[in-house]
Amino acid sequence: MFAHNGVMILLTLLIAVMASIMPLPLSVDAFRPDWVLIVLIYWCMALPGRVNIITAWIMGFLMDVLLGSVLGVHAAAMAISVFIVVENYQKIRNFSIWQQALITGVLSALYHLIVFWLQRFLIDAFFISSYLYPVITTVVLWPWVFYLLRKVRRHFSIT
Amino acid sequence: MASFESLRGYLQSMVSPLQYLANTPKVAMTWISTNMATRSQLMEENQQFRLNELKFHEQAMQLDIVKQENERLRTLLASPLRSELKKMVAEILSVDSDPYTHQLVINRGARDGVYEGQPVLDALGIVGQILHVGQTTSRIILITDVSHAVPVRVKRNGLRLLASGSGQIDRLNHNFVPQSADIKVGDILVTSGLGGKYPEGYPVATISFVSNNESREFVKVYSTPIAEIDRLRYLLLLSTKDPVSIFAPKPQTKDQSNVQPKPMSKPQLKVNE
Repeated sequence: MFAHNGVMILLTLLIAVMASIMPLPLSVDAFRPDWVLIVLIYWCMALPGRVNIITAWIMGFLMDVLLGSVLGVHAAAMAISVFIVVENYQKIRNFSIWQQALITGVLSALYHLIVFWLQRFLIDAFFISSYLYPVITTVVLWPWVFYLLRKVRRHFSIT
Repeated sequence: MASFESLRGYLQSMVSPLQYLANTPKVAMTWISTNMATRSQLMEENQQFRLNELKFHEQAMQLDIVKQENERLRTLLASPLRSELKKMVAEILSVDSDPYTHQLVINRGARDGVYEGQPVLDALGIVGQILHVGQTTSRIILITDVSHAVPVRVKRNGLRLLASGSGQIDRLNHNFVPQSADIKVGDILVTSGLGGKYPEGYPVATISFVSNNESREFVKVYSTPIAEIDRLRYLLLLSTKDPVSIFAPKPQTKDQSNVQPKPMSKPQLKVNE
């Protein structure tokens, strides 16, 4: 009933934000998937008219504030990664779930690399391969998130 | 830049409900684990605390005498007295999940008198300093962050060094240590108080690695932070100065002519050199 004004979409995004700032043990933390990116990719693919680059930028900016990085770093990375989805959503929709998972992995790697490049430029961070561990968990997570969010979308008939 | 820092402060205050909410599972888990403790466990713990209290009480008595003596000697030498530092306990809300920066969020903000650049300790040693202050939360930058450095000295011989963060939770780097420096593995580093941020004499790190390659210009020295940075829960904030924050009440300046410009009045660099 209240799905038509996008409350459900916002709720899923907020849950994703929660999941990405929730305190976890350090060993698990290195493998934390990109919850926000994965949820944004789904919504951009399913409803490109509702969720777009601007939503992605705002979510990225929120992540910047929450993670304490230089404002705009995550926002830019998120917007660029989501731009690719928005440009190609009709193609990606027709792929099988495993192909989609691989594309999500590529996008997640791109996201982390853009963040790394910007951080390298700003604070001289140096590359450790553990920065790309979240890509693995993101790929594994995609099918589950996809089916869950599709169920949410159909159940609340979000259009 | 000043307005940008204040924008950051407002944003920090705006997102603090999210951080409190994200912290609830952890709080619930802690609550469950403390409530599941058995009677015998509690009694044992209580016994241990009593013993500890006795020990610390005895040490405190001795410390009192030593302090008095020290003050008397300092007045004899006409050196300035050390003032007592105000302390505040804070609890960690969230640990930063961004691998590029080492930061924490705590449950104290401008409302409790937290200010930017305030030194933060745990029970063992220096943890970091306050980076951004919000209304009810604030953000700490850890000593292991790449963009952070602490002025230290070797406790054994007073040799001055700079401990800069390495981006790894268990290592600090020391650059530009000459080959002639008397330094060895196991030396304890304490704050030197030179940057003006950290008060003097608090433990920071122990030396864990000294290279013996004499063909290099400088010695490669690494150290391990003494504070348990990866398992913090409660922190101690020391106040050494008047609160300086965008939310703090503005100081009443009666006479503009003899007001000294405060060194803390504009946002400072994170690096303390």
